[in-house]
Amino acid sequence: MIDTLLRCVATLAVFLVLPLVIGQTEHKVMAHMQGRLGPMYAGGFHGWAQLVADGVKFAQKEDIVPAGADRKVFQLAPAVSLLPYLVVLLAIPVGPGGFVGQAIDAGIFFVLAVMGIGVLGSLMAGWASANKFSLLGGLRTAAQLMSYELPMLLAAASVAMAAGTVSLPGIVDAFHWWWIPWQALGAFVFFTAGLAELQRPPFDMPVADSEIIFGAYTEYTGLRFAFFLLSEYAGILVVSALTTVLFLGGWHGPMPDSLGWLWTLLKTFALAFVVIWLRVTYPRLREDQLMRFAWTGLIPLALIQLALTGIVKVAIS
Amino acid sequence: MTGTLLAATGSLAPATRSFLSPSGAEIVFLLVGIAVLAAAVVSVTTRQLVHAALWLVVALGGLAVEFLLLTAEFIAWAQVLIYLGSVVVLVLFGLMLTRAPIGRSPDADSGNRWAALAVALAAAGTLVTLVVDAFRSGWIELAPGAGSTRATGEYLFRHWVLPFEALSVLLLAALVGAIVLSRTGKGRVPGPRAGRLRAGKPVGRPTPTAQER
Repeated sequence: MIDTLLRCVATLAVFLVLPLVIGQTEHKVMAHMQGRLGPMYAGGFHGWAQLVADGVKFAQKEDIVPAGADRKVFQLAPAVSLLPYLVVLLAIPVGPGGFVGQAIDAGIFFVLAVMGIGVLGSLMAGWASANKFSLLGGLRTAAQLMSYELPMLLAAASVAMAAGTVSLPGIVDAFHWWWIPWQALGAFVFFTAGLAELQRPPFDMPVADSEIIFGAYTEYTGLRFAFFLLSEYAGILVVSALTTVLFLGGWHGPMPDSLGWLWTLLKTFALAFVVIWLRVTYPRLREDQLMRFAWTGLIPLALIQLALTGIVKVAIS
Repeated sequence: MTGTLLAATGSLAPATRSFLSPSGAEIVFLLVGIAVLAAAVVSVTTRQLVHAALWLVVALGGLAVEFLLLTAEFIAWAQVLIYLGSVVVLVLFGLMLTRAPIGRSPDADSGNRWAALAVALAAAGTLVTLVVDAFRSGWIELAPGAGSTRATGEYLFRHWVLPFEALSVLLLAALVGAIVLSRTGKGRVPGPRAGRLRAGKPVGRPTPTAQER
């Protein structure tokens, strides 16, 4: 009982800290890559306290609900969008020997299922704002989710097939180094589709600021808006950690197993860096390009990976 | 076959247990069941379209919790993945694409409500009678892990392969039907829109119409 409680509190702590670290990294990495000066003064060295200042600013702002909005749904939406990531984080293994919030038998399934709920938050926000831009953003979110969920599931299924289990710690246990070339296609598909589900650039059509202001989140202010932002960073954490666990071998690395958690963390942050890097590098995809990329690019690739996994699996068994 | 099924789920012993001293899990099961029922009733009686879809989320999520309490872990996650993550999102997508005003939508009211109520009650009555008649006062001990992925997979692919495959044929038929329906709509190929750099392949039947000639 105490043990379970402790694990939950630890997960909550990770959930509250790491997304903020990723957010801070994003500020600074973007500033360096694009040569933006940006806020460099808050707190002294490199403007390290800017994130704190942002948090204070969000907390001070008035919480406004538009007059024509559906109050309850509008207010509930940020929670629906944020909480699934917290629940997912509970199931991601960090190190060997039960170093996981809660070992779940059907881990992959659980994680992908719960992540899908988060999008309901964007849909609710988009509809309840009583704003055409928000509604458009919500619609784009839904279309994007439905297109990219399939390749993501197929890529995850390929790893489950390779490992012969759907439990996340079981998959990391079964990992060998030659899985990386074997599952490379799947890793690419999973990571890209994950990026699209988070609506991160270059897949940020649903929040395209030059067309629809900020999509489903246009009408939000203050803490509720901050929750949406936080859920985006938590999403980066979850997708990076899942890619690490499924495709990059999680805690495996050239050091004793007791330091396995360090490898998981390192790989996760390397991937989070790639997410930020992609944001700075690529322009936004148009809606039709986005759909074509999912249906004619990622899904065939995921199917090829599935076939490849099956052939190799039969050949070595 | 029934032997293996029973071995995994525990014995179907006659009622040696009293229904008057429920365990904690049973109380939770009952409470969640009431919540599911209430959400379902609100979902069909509310006059706001989108609220109906959102109450459906509550009802289906509650059902997933019920599956979990019955140790059917895999089924519970499948329920969340398919129904919450996909079906409800599709429903909301459809609602937003057509018409989903904030507040009441009186024009969405149907005159068939009494017929619908009668059909629903008849269906519920049949199901309840069937289940009660099938199990009577039987008692299934829930062994932890009886509904795990491994057990579910073994049942599905050893004993129930034929129904499973038949279902996939049904889904394929639905898929083909959807494609056929969407192809025979207009029979006219839309020209490339302004601002489009690369025209996609035409979806409709490539029969030239009088206008194009």
